[in-house]
Amino acid sequence: MIFFGQKKKNDITDREKGCLLADTETNDGFVVFDRVQKSYDGETLVVKDLNLSIGKGEFLTMLGPSGSGKTTCLMMLAGFETATHGDILLDGSPINNIPPHKRGVGMVFQNYALFPHMTVGENLSFPLEVRKIAKSDRESKVTRALEMVQMGDFLNRRPAQLSGGQQQRIALARALVFEPDLVLMDEPLGALDKQLREHMQFEITHLAHELGLTTVYVTHDQTEALTMSDRVAVFDDGRIQQLDPPDVLYEKPKNGFVAQFIGENNTLEGVVKEIKGDTCVIALDDGEVIDATPVNVSEVGQRTTVSIRPERVEYNKERLQEGAHTLKAEVLEFIYMGDIFRTRLRVAGSENFIIKTRNAPDQEKLKPGQQIEIGWLPSDCRALDV
Amino acid sequence: MSDASDTNGPVLAADGRPLKASLNRALRKQKMRALMLIAPLLIFVLVAFILPIADMLFRSVENTIVRDTLPRTVVAMSSWNSDEAETPDEAVYRALFIDVFLASEAKTHTRLGSRLNYETTGISSLFRQSGREVGDMAEVYEDQFEDLDARWTEDVFWAEFMGDPAWFAQAQGAEDPGPTFVLKDGISDVLPKTADAYATFANFVQVEDEDNPAAEDPWALVHAMLYEDLTEQDISGYDGFGADLLADAAAAVEGFEAPSYKSSFIDMDEDWASPEVLGTIQAYSPPFTPGYFLKAVDMQLTPDGIEAQSEDRAIYLKLFWRTVWMSLFITGMTILLGYPVAFLLAKLPMRQSSLLMILVLLPFWTSLLVRTSAWKVLLQQQGVINDLLVWSGLINEAGRLVMINNQLGTIIAMTHILLPFMILPLYSVMATIPPSYVRAAKSLGATNWVAFWRVYFPQSVPGIGAGSILVFILAIGYYITPALVGGTSGIFISNRIAYHISSSLNWGLAAALGSILLAAVLILYWAYDRIVGIDNVKLG
Ligand SMILES: Nc1ncnc2c1ncn2[C@@H]1O[C@H](COP(=O)(O)OP(=O)(O)O)[C@@H](O)[C@H]1O
Ligand SMILES: [Mg+2]
Repeated sequence: MIFFGQKKKNDITDREKGCLLADTETNDGFVVFDRVQKSYDGETLVVKDLNLSIGKGEFLTMLGPSGSGKTTCLMMLAGFETATHGDILLDGSPINNIPPHKRGVGMVFQNYALFPHMTVGENLSFPLEVRKIAKSDRESKVTRALEMVQMGDFLNRRPAQLSGGQQQRIALARALVFEPDLVLMDEPLGALDKQLREHMQFEITHLAHELGLTTVYVTHDQTEALTMSDRVAVFDDGRIQQLDPPDVLYEKPKNGFVAQFIGENNTLEGVVKEIKGDTCVIALDDGEVIDATPVNVSEVGQRTTVSIRPERVEYNKERLQEGAHTLKAEVLEFIYMGDIFRTRLRVAGSENFIIKTRNAPDQEKLKPGQQIEIGWLPSDCRALDV
Repeated sequence: MSDASDTNGPVLAADGRPLKASLNRALRKQKMRALMLIAPLLIFVLVAFILPIADMLFRSVENTIVRDTLPRTVVAMSSWNSDEAETPDEAVYRALFIDVFLASEAKTHTRLGSRLNYETTGISSLFRQSGREVGDMAEVYEDQFEDLDARWTEDVFWAEFMGDPAWFAQAQGAEDPGPTFVLKDGISDVLPKTADAYATFANFVQVEDEDNPAAEDPWALVHAMLYEDLTEQDISGYDGFGADLLADAAAAVEGFEAPSYKSSFIDMDEDWASPEVLGTIQAYSPPFTPGYFLKAVDMQLTPDGIEAQSEDRAIYLKLFWRTVWMSLFITGMTILLGYPVAFLLAKLPMRQSSLLMILVLLPFWTSLLVRTSAWKVLLQQQGVINDLLVWSGLINEAGRLVMINNQLGTIIAMTHILLPFMILPLYSVMATIPPSYVRAAKSLGATNWVAFWRVYFPQSVPGIGAGSILVFILAIGYYITPALVGGTSGIFISNRIAYHISSSLNWGLAAALGSILLAAVLILYWAYDRIVGIDNVKLG
């Protein structure tokens, strides 16, 4: 695939820059939100003080529950909504007053928004026509874009004659055919079935990296966010709750919301008894005392929620690692899921404590009512806000 | 595998019946129930809409009045050719005499006169006059028979002479109308024409006048027929009641004065010799006629065939053409004015769009008559708009604009009245166009105008189609508004139809004009379907 060959060379450097930016909140990113606020009705803020810097060539995902303001952010970036306060910069210059058609931003809409009265070819050449590109150039660009999404044979079809997945590809091709620097996608895979979605996730990521696109991707599906992105911005209540690469997000959630929203999560409640450096001691509500990693607890006596991922809990004594903390537990339910076992336990007063274990030949299958001992490393056990 | 599919025969249901039959039985109940639900509407539409339309189509070609009123003349005339210079022979005038005599007794000759007057002016008065004077032509015979013997004009004599003895016995002195008249056995063999004429008379007297034939003097027509019978028949074999009187008369008729019917008619009015009048009667004697339709397209059926109507009477084609172009113009105006409003309606937030929608619908809540009259007040020369223009100095007192009682008046008022019929379908189509299309176009680099024209507008075309059909079909048949504000230059074909229905009473012509209008609408609809496709029309 040699579409936009030039950019491909810059790919690596751009992406490195993007990663560098990941940890620095500077204003020299390719796309910058600078203290942006948005209100539709003048009463409530839908976006509250958004600061975000996206590097060139970076794939950034905005993840959050419905109504958290993701689409609004994207619309401000595309120019269909204006920020109530703050600046949005594209490549260093503010774009608040630039109309949408001059921003040169490619966009893939959730319902694809393919023009129903035009063929696939006409849909794709539309952005080229309005840019007054010569006919022969147009044709070759359209053909290349269609080939890029493996839809070369569909030039003369109408959108209504295509399946959801094919429409999705055409929408993608149309957003890319005029070689925009920035591509925005608002839940583009929301309407597809699971298998197709996973396939398209891979293709989109692949294309974006291949072409060195700067991509802002919106989704409410955490798996999608984790598998596709360089960095994920978790939105809730109009704010970014955490902005980190997927692994950091999963393993080191900064607060209760992120821990709950990303992946499965066990919570136990208690009070901080002692903090010493990067470990702390928590007294759980039923009297058990455990070690944990303090994340956003700062003083003794504070209430906290302790978070442990189900797959980091071990009950097989031989596999328990050095320094693991152990607790008594009673098996309530055992679910066989093929590749894994999912077991619900009663632990420290909580009846909703889930553990996941791999279906290995030597793995013991637990029975309801069985008394066992479970354990985890203090580094996997994070003391968060309530 | 069920056992049903193992056999080669039809698939059977569990109870052994063919599956198809079982299914049909199960569905029949549903269908019946559905039919019951729509039955009132169906019956209503049939009675109040389909049947009247069928009646109208029928009336536009139906023409039995000539044949019903002048049956003998129509038959006698069938061998006559109006191209010949010759007037028809005596037999035709004799038939005409009998027909007109009977028609004038039944008073149907004036109706026929008015009907034929649509085709050739003057026939109406000709028939009225003839109806009065055929009596005199018959009385020539009555008087001569009376001179022979006074009994020839006596009611009782004739009743006994012609009637069955049993009937006569009962009828004599009976209360009106008495027992039903019965002809005497064998009298038809002796005096066929007389018996026929008397039976017609007796029947007419009993049914129409509800009088007793035994107490009524017979028509003079009976005497004319008696004269003919006596000159033609041999009555020597007759020996019944009045045989002696009949024998005397038979001997005397030879000396009777018997003017020819032909000369009598032509003496009465020389129009009866005119090939135009007689040709018209002949041309309109078939039970169906293309005459009304020809009239409706400014042609006429003359004795010499189909001809173009004379200049000054050719109005219908002009009127049809005006109706069509003004309706198209009004449709165009409603598109121009309605599109932005519908666009705004679909764009605005709920609250404002509801308010605007009320404004759009407001005209529906006031009577059509009130709205049209309001336009009269606004547009007339001493009206509000002219007053404002004069007051603001844009025009002077002498230059007041003529905006009413002409085509402009009709166009302005009808555009206003039909506007909602354009806006509503447009709006309902526009409301279904997701805003993401225009956004997508803009994000792809299109300016506002390009996004509108190339992306939004094509998707709103079905709404324009639906609105146009609606407005055009309503406009082409509009009646009240052109009648009130159209003057003479701004009226539509429907005004003419109304005139023929209620003033000139030429229902056949009105029906033909209406049928043409109906056909025009259907043809336009068909053409529209072929060109645009009715599937492309959305009302919501
Ligand atoms: N055009 C609008 N007018 C008024 N309120 C809006 C509009 N669009 C979105 N909102 C509100 O803003 C909030 C955030 O919406 P949105 O950005 O669409 O969230 P998300 O895409 O994360 O689901 C929601 O509460 C929504 O009701
Ligand atoms: Mg959204």
